[in-house]
Amino acid sequence: MIFVRRTLSIAKREFQSYFNSPIAYIVIGVFLLLSGWFFFTPLFLAGRSTLRGFFSFTPVLFIMFIPAITMRLLAEEVKTGTLEWLTSMPLRDLEVVLGKFLAALGFIAVALAITIPYPISVDMIGALDWGPVIGGYLGLLLLAGAFLAVGLFASSLTENQIVAFIIGVTFCFTLYMVDKVLFFLPEQLGAIFQYLSVDYHFRNIARGVIDTRDIIFYFGLMIVALFLTMESLKRRHA
Amino acid sequence: MPKLMVEARDLYKSFGETQAVDGVSFSVPIGQVVGFLGPNGAGKTSTLRMFAGYLEPTKGQAIIDGVAVSDDPLLAREKIGYLPENCPLYDDMMVVDFLRFVAEVRMIPPSQQDARLRLVCDRCGILSVLGKDIGQLSKGYRQRVGLAQAIVGDPDLLLLDEPTSGLDPNQILEIRALIKELGKEKTIILSTHILPEVQASCDRVIIISDGKLVADDTPDALMTKGTASRVSMLFGPMDSATVDVHRIREILADIPETRSVSSRPGEGDGTLGFSVDVGGDGDARSALFQTVVQHGLPLLEMHREQVSLEETFRKLTQGD
Repeated sequence: MIFVRRTLSIAKREFQSYFNSPIAYIVIGVFLLLSGWFFFTPLFLAGRSTLRGFFSFTPVLFIMFIPAITMRLLAEEVKTGTLEWLTSMPLRDLEVVLGKFLAALGFIAVALAITIPYPISVDMIGALDWGPVIGGYLGLLLLAGAFLAVGLFASSLTENQIVAFIIGVTFCFTLYMVDKVLFFLPEQLGAIFQYLSVDYHFRNIARGVIDTRDIIFYFGLMIVALFLTMESLKRRHA
Repeated sequence: MPKLMVEARDLYKSFGETQAVDGVSFSVPIGQVVGFLGPNGAGKTSTLRMFAGYLEPTKGQAIIDGVAVSDDPLLAREKIGYLPENCPLYDDMMVVDFLRFVAEVRMIPPSQQDARLRLVCDRCGILSVLGKDIGQLSKGYRQRVGLAQAIVGDPDLLLLDEPTSGLDPNQILEIRALIKELGKEKTIILSTHILPEVQASCDRVIIISDGKLVADDTPDALMTKGTASRVSMLFGPMDSATVDVHRIREILADIPETRSVSSRPGEGDGTLGFSVDVGGDGDARSALFQTVVQHGLPLLEMHREQVSLEETFRKLTQGD
């Protein structure tokens, strides 16, 4: 109970502080602009009532946008010294890390919620198959969660936000691309790399097929990245 | 024996090759205000950080109110309010939001938060800036917010790392008064390299240098202890045929308490001034007076010079 309250206190503070700075509005604005572009272009060119364009390009956008959201979460606190203050508060590292993660996830959830008029408007034009749409949104949230955890880890490695951003983009890009370089790999190795790809699992879910293996993959990735973040924090005050 | 609030048991902290804290032990009873003094880089901040739970000691234990920080970090942190060096705060937050956040993390029930925050803000004199962003505050107000966040949870122990650095003289006086006020009910350890600060607000001084504890006493005792005290004397005009400067020196140097005698400027008109360094714990002035009277020297003035804390500090921290 205390654990939950403290975690939520951290999450609330971080979430509010997103909207205290213009960066949040810029990130959401540009995200809507680009995702809208990818939503409308295939819709009108192909003339089909589908959100496939939106769902296949949003993960690519996330590679850039999510590290931009997570880069300041820990790096800034180290740089300004507030992390020292925060660690002197009666808080566990896990409460701090989880709170920040949830705040960023909430921010992404807001950005995604603003895109819900897309499927609704498509549904008004022609009958929409809602299965893949619901799967798509669920998949995007899971994918975002995995990227956010990785981005948070990147932010724990440095006190420079730009460096944290670049490291985060590199991690996310790698996790996205691993299954796209399969053609020159031996077959057994290929299967492993395919399993490690965030996009492979996303495509499964976005088809509307919710498989526990895909969900376990995302949660596993989040847990590993958050665990590494905590280890990295611990090293700061060893 | 009074109950101990803080205990450092043989603390060591090294960063790679550098030995930042090198075997420091001390204890602080409840209610004491302790000045933690040392030149920059002496290990003050590292020691405080080990109590605050930000750094883990390489060896030894930091104990707060009977709880070892390494054994139960959360319980230990509930007992302390910490103001780190340079007062890092969330600049983008409003003062009131920030303090409410602190109250939430400190598990103050929502129904009591308002009352608690009002009390704290009133004591720290920040009621007028509650709606401002912390980043817009003057340094003085910022420091007050820093002190306010430290006492929101009503901890028994305050750790303040250079609470007055970077403030102007008026702000320094205000913060000192506030610390003095807080010291009436809390145990405080404040680090500083500014000596008057210690004289102004502390019951006790701990001096560390190169990671080692070099002195631990009251400010008054430190001012006299450890250094020879000095008596300055002024003699009236004398018949230079019988008594000259060298003769007076010899007379003064013959007194057992005297360590050394040096001339200093008189007041003109043939007056002669001397500084006599005397050893021992007692007051050497009566011995000096007796001797001077025996030799019939016209003593005009004699007083003991206060050895400043600065001098003691320099002596202790430069290993001379």
